[in-house]
Amino acid sequence: MSITPVTASAALINERVESPQTKAQRLSVGVLVTILGAILLFMAFTVNKSGRIALSDALADVQLPTIELPGMPTVLLCSLVVLGAGIGYLTGKINGRARTVLAVAAGLGILVGFLVWAAASSTLPFTLTSQLNLTLEYATPLFFGVLGGVLAERAGVVNIAIEGMFLTAAFTASLTYSVTNSFVAALIAAAIAGLLMAAVLALFTLRYLVDHVIIGVVINLLATGLTGFIFQQLVAKDVSTYGSVTPMLPLRIPVLESIPFLGPILFSLRPLTYMAFIAIPLVWFLLFRTKWGLRVRSVGEHPHAADTVGINVVWTKASAVLLGGLFAGLGGSYFTIGSVGAFQDNNPTAGYGFIALAAVIMGRWHPVLGALVALFFGFCRALAQTTKLMALPIPGDFIEMLPYLATIIAVAGLVGRVRAPAADGAHFVKTH
Amino acid sequence: MSVDAKVKAPRPAWVQSTIITIASLILAFIVGAIVMVASDAEVAGKWAYFFAQPGDALSASWDKIASTFYAMWVGSMGSWVAITNTTAEAAPLIAAGLGVAVAFRAGLFNIGGQGQAMLGALTAAYIGFTLKGLPIFLHLPLAILVGVIAGGIWGGIVGLLKARTGAHEVILTIMMNYIAGSLLAYLMMQTAFQTPGRTDPISPVLEWTATMPRLDGTRLHLGFFLAILAAVGVWWLLERTKFGVHLKAVGLNPNAAATAGASVPNVTLLTMALAGGLAGLGGVITVTAPDLLTGSPPQMTGTIIGTLGFDAITVALLGRSRPLGVVFAGLLFGALKASRRTMVVMAGTPDKLTDLIQALIVLFVAAPAFVAWLLPFLRERKVKKHEVQSAKVAAA
Repeated sequence: MSITPVTASAALINERVESPQTKAQRLSVGVLVTILGAILLFMAFTVNKSGRIALSDALADVQLPTIELPGMPTVLLCSLVVLGAGIGYLTGKINGRARTVLAVAAGLGILVGFLVWAAASSTLPFTLTSQLNLTLEYATPLFFGVLGGVLAERAGVVNIAIEGMFLTAAFTASLTYSVTNSFVAALIAAAIAGLLMAAVLALFTLRYLVDHVIIGVVINLLATGLTGFIFQQLVAKDVSTYGSVTPMLPLRIPVLESIPFLGPILFSLRPLTYMAFIAIPLVWFLLFRTKWGLRVRSVGEHPHAADTVGINVVWTKASAVLLGGLFAGLGGSYFTIGSVGAFQDNNPTAGYGFIALAAVIMGRWHPVLGALVALFFGFCRALAQTTKLMALPIPGDFIEMLPYLATIIAVAGLVGRVRAPAADGAHFVKTH
Repeated sequence: MSVDAKVKAPRPAWVQSTIITIASLILAFIVGAIVMVASDAEVAGKWAYFFAQPGDALSASWDKIASTFYAMWVGSMGSWVAITNTTAEAAPLIAAGLGVAVAFRAGLFNIGGQGQAMLGALTAAYIGFTLKGLPIFLHLPLAILVGVIAGGIWGGIVGLLKARTGAHEVILTIMMNYIAGSLLAYLMMQTAFQTPGRTDPISPVLEWTATMPRLDGTRLHLGFFLAILAAVGVWWLLERTKFGVHLKAVGLNPNAAATAGASVPNVTLLTMALAGGLAGLGGVITVTAPDLLTGSPPQMTGTIIGTLGFDAITVALLGRSRPLGVVFAGLLFGALKASRRTMVVMAGTPDKLTDLIQALIVLFVAAPAFVAWLLPFLRERKVKKHEVQSAKVAAA
């Protein structure tokens, strides 16, 4: 034998046997990144001014300098970084940690390149603080929606009823506040409303074995019908009693609020945003560090195995769905008392429940990852809003499409594989 | 044998499902009536002193319920015009409902009717107002064809992605809905799609040659017959063609279907394209159907599709994904929609009641076990063991 086993295995590592699936994924990521880099390269030649990025908005107490970057060179540099990363992926020579670095570089390149391009294409400076502030505003209900979705789906119940929970809770919160003038009462009422909708989901999927997606669609329709009808019949006839709401104001945290740049972004938020920041790690802890969480995950992956070791499958699933409904209800209250005021009969939740669902899937059914994706979606929506104001050559409607396109790319397995809990959507019938 | 005669034969499946469906309808109207009374501040106030004067509360509630349901009857069935209102409202529901139903039969859940209908409506309307001077027998079919193809492509993309990558169609169709929504919002702000001289998202009026011909003075138009024709076509496809056999086989068990020689990816792609085309037809009918008074179709806007895609799901669920069932379900929900105006005018009841009743109907229809629990007398009487035994003893 001329080759020792050690050198044989070393040769194997050098060749990196790649399964067809990972190869296809690597190539599609490479193509995608290369295309984005090429677009950025093209965009680099459409700007000739310098881009101004403001670090504080005009009203802030501490005025920070406005960074001025040369437009063309910066975008060009970013596009070259992105292109390089794309080609790196395509060649397949770069592996392991280097690949992660490459992905991060590509992501940063796209982000910085686009922002500088946006700033350079407009006469107004790009206000980073207000962009980030707006991001958190848009992301807050998504955080709660993600928690609602993650909890239910980890327990194996497909939850496309987040939108319905949002809507019912938004309406209940508005009505309760208008009658009681108490934020606490309104928040509790919203949580209960979300809980009740989740109870419908749990009852029909677990007890009556209705298809999870069907009952989700029906709950959404029920929420639309119920809130729309009661709004028209009760609230619209007596707006001063049932429909007068002053929304929660941003809560400024005394000392921290005056930190330059970070203060206005992180420490003068609406109360519900702080609550979301507490709820996300809480749900992570519950799911991954407690006995209950282990049980929830086990009934979502293999209910029969869980049943065999004595876990009450149906009740565990129900408890996770109900807790999720509670969080979704809190998220729903953000659409009325949390930010804008009284409930209006014009689709106030605007499909946020479905964006939250998308964030659950892209976040691989993990509360923290899901929240990060929600942050990204919030960023996209805020960007669409900001660019509308800046009158950019790229239409805001297209930026608003980004979360949905990103989700399609993710579920189509083009970028990494997203795998749902194994028994997600399956019915459990105790057979013994 | 006398024993067999005594043991009641179980009800046939279709009888049981019809009973459950009818019970669901009745339950939905009852629950709707309860919500209606409970959320009316005036009537609910009378219930506060129910024990002092029960007559007040009862008569106020009865008046409210009776006047609303009577108004609904008048608006949807009360006159020839009302009936044609129902058929006009039903036409897009039937077409789009078939789109959801045909996908259901292949085991696919098409939540994308909304986006597919948007694309169908948008493209048909564009053909309808840009091409001028074509004769009606060319212009209208062209508009319909383009709309159906556009919807078919929008659905086909989902079918392709599902067939090639295995991504779940529910997620894909939801995302495609929002992409279509953003696309529509963008295009409706472009001058090519706007009424000349206006900057808001509203299209020019369609040429009359791209309008569904109608019976004069009513809303009975060609679109309704097209929807019925589509239902017949879907029935023929499902029951009389090889593709239909494959489609249903894939719906029942994809693995078995593949073993038996059906190409699951092809069936998935073609079914989603067909479903998209049917939803697109729903969108086309919405934008080319003439209004009662003006006789010309409504102008295309960003919101003209309303909730057609989601209503279509309710139609398919109530119709149990059978073409004939979809036609009946479409007519029922069309009647609910047609009754909205009279309900507001005659009874002063908000028109969202129809949304509520519609959602309640499918909630009950989707959960037969729940209905049977609510109404135990509908359950099949279980033959008790000792009864059978005593019958045997008697026979012996």
